[in-house]
Amino acid sequence: MGTYSVTEPSKASKWVAGLLVVAYTIITLLPLMWIISTSFKTGPDSISYPPKVFFEPTVEGYVNLFTTRTRPAVSELDTLPPPDGLFEEIARRQGTIITGPSRFGERFLNSVIIGFGSTALSIFLGTLAAYAFSRFKVPLKDDLLFFILSTRMMPPIAVAIPIYLMYRQLGLSDTHVGMILLYTGVNISLAVWLLKGFIDEIPREYEEAALIDGYTRFQAFRKVVLPQAATGIASTAIFCLIFAWNEYAFAVLLTSGNAQTAPPFIPTIIGVGGQDWPAVAAGATLFLLPVMIFTILLRKHLLRGITFGAVRK
Amino acid sequence: MVTSPIDRLARATPPSLARKVRGLSDRTIAWIFVAPTILLLLAINIFPLIWTVYLSFTNYAANKPNREIEWVEPIYRNYARILTDEGTWSNMQTTAHFLIWTIILQVIIGFTLAWLINRKFKGNDLLTTLLVVPMMLSPAVVGNFWTFLYQPQIGVVNYIVEFFTGIPAASFSMLGPGGLAPWSIIIVDTWMWTPFVMLICLAGLRSIPDYIYEAAEVDRASKWRQFWTITVPMVLPFLMLAVLFRGIENFKMFDMVNLLTGGGPGDETLLTSIDLKREAFEKWRTGYSSAYAIILFVTVFGLASIYVKALNKVKER
Repeated sequence: MGTYSVTEPSKASKWVAGLLVVAYTIITLLPLMWIISTSFKTGPDSISYPPKVFFEPTVEGYVNLFTTRTRPAVSELDTLPPPDGLFEEIARRQGTIITGPSRFGERFLNSVIIGFGSTALSIFLGTLAAYAFSRFKVPLKDDLLFFILSTRMMPPIAVAIPIYLMYRQLGLSDTHVGMILLYTGVNISLAVWLLKGFIDEIPREYEEAALIDGYTRFQAFRKVVLPQAATGIASTAIFCLIFAWNEYAFAVLLTSGNAQTAPPFIPTIIGVGGQDWPAVAAGATLFLLPVMIFTILLRKHLLRGITFGAVRK
Repeated sequence: MVTSPIDRLARATPPSLARKVRGLSDRTIAWIFVAPTILLLLAINIFPLIWTVYLSFTNYAANKPNREIEWVEPIYRNYARILTDEGTWSNMQTTAHFLIWTIILQVIIGFTLAWLINRKFKGNDLLTTLLVVPMMLSPAVVGNFWTFLYQPQIGVVNYIVEFFTGIPAASFSMLGPGGLAPWSIIIVDTWMWTPFVMLICLAGLRSIPDYIYEAAEVDRASKWRQFWTITVPMVLPFLMLAVLFRGIENFKMFDMVNLLTGGGPGDETLLTSIDLKREAFEKWRTGYSSAYAIILFVTVFGLASIYVKALNKVKER
């Protein structure tokens, strides 16, 4: 027998609440399930009406995502040698032949490079600044912190205009370095804000003890504070990474051929004769899945970043 | 012999490094640590902002870089034009409509969900995790995919509406003409961001100590009364914070809506950010759009400041 508590909800109310939340969760996840299931459909299946819930799965979408194809005349198709390899075979089944790889691989790689590059830089600079803000008297500290955060109020398009002009002058347009610096500049305000919160929670006594033991300030920072802040640093890093990964406005305005990331690219995927929805869905799936898995695995560490530090636990 | 810790350390470390660590005061370290961040912020945030202010008084067009930049006459002409343009005001209205409805829906659904999850039924942790997924995803990629769900005639959304209400799927179009588009973007935003409001409300609900309810129970306050006199006031500061973040984010909204509707049909979903993009990167009226950008920044900054003041008042109570 458990102890009776006035604040413990009754069993019935728990059941009702549980069922309602389950129902909402299912509705919420439906569009995502639809993206994933569409990526395994054939072109005609993806646009059939009524929509097909059950269908024969195929990887056509993925093949189309990674290749460019042409559709030769049927008579010409018959004269071709038998298909060479799985990709070719799947393309041939749709009446097309592969002409080369698509740019999706490149764009995905750009997302990885720019995402990880800007995250590493944001965390490196952000941790140093956060430590200084947390431990030292920095003149105008509060104003500076508020200012740092208020830079996030600028609509991205408003920032993009001068950045566009500046990058054109400096030759940084459409380069990885340019995008890494830009995303770092955008992310660092939040990184400093979050990291300061984490470092504030580490008792000063640890460092003071280390200083008395003969560590320099810098060593105390590296050997005492950094290990203590590791969890906070990791969750801030994930947050920066997800921001850079998902960012679209700057990417679509400032990159085109060379450093374009996946978000502006995926909507431009067009198949042979009209929008190729399974290929778009395949691209979306490959792009979204890492974040979905990350979120589910690391939820507890993400909460603080998501809520701008409002949720402390 | 008396040796300071620093001296001991200096002897123990290679000479070049020792020289470096020895002379660094806390003040110097503070500056070394903060300087790179400040420099980056100056380069990526402040300098562009100042440049935008400068450009907003000129007739500069970024697609004609060789043309001489001239001050506009009178100096406030760009601003005056924007503020007297009817289009601007109708875009502001579109943005306000989007803002108000997304906030209302997200607050109602988000708070309800948090309140239900706070019943602490089995598996509430897992469900919270699953609910959070949509808001972590790329709004652009997701927005793009919703155009598929919203397709006229064959779209899944149309099918579901027909299935449940009997309204023929071919008779309406979520993103086409007919006035549904502003609601379609509200639905997607609510779908994506309700979990955010929920999370913050949940943090608020969990911050209320049990003994307050116990005391109310002793005083024989009804559950209804407890809800309105304890739960709501204690969660309100959190809720207001959530509204602030959503408000700022949706005032800036660009990616999701740009891919869903691009501002169309006509100008029905032309949010200010999308209008700004058209002016700046399609019509290339750089000076004019710089002024536009400043006006938007001042608006969001002003509204947010007033709101934060109100928030602090609520917190003090």
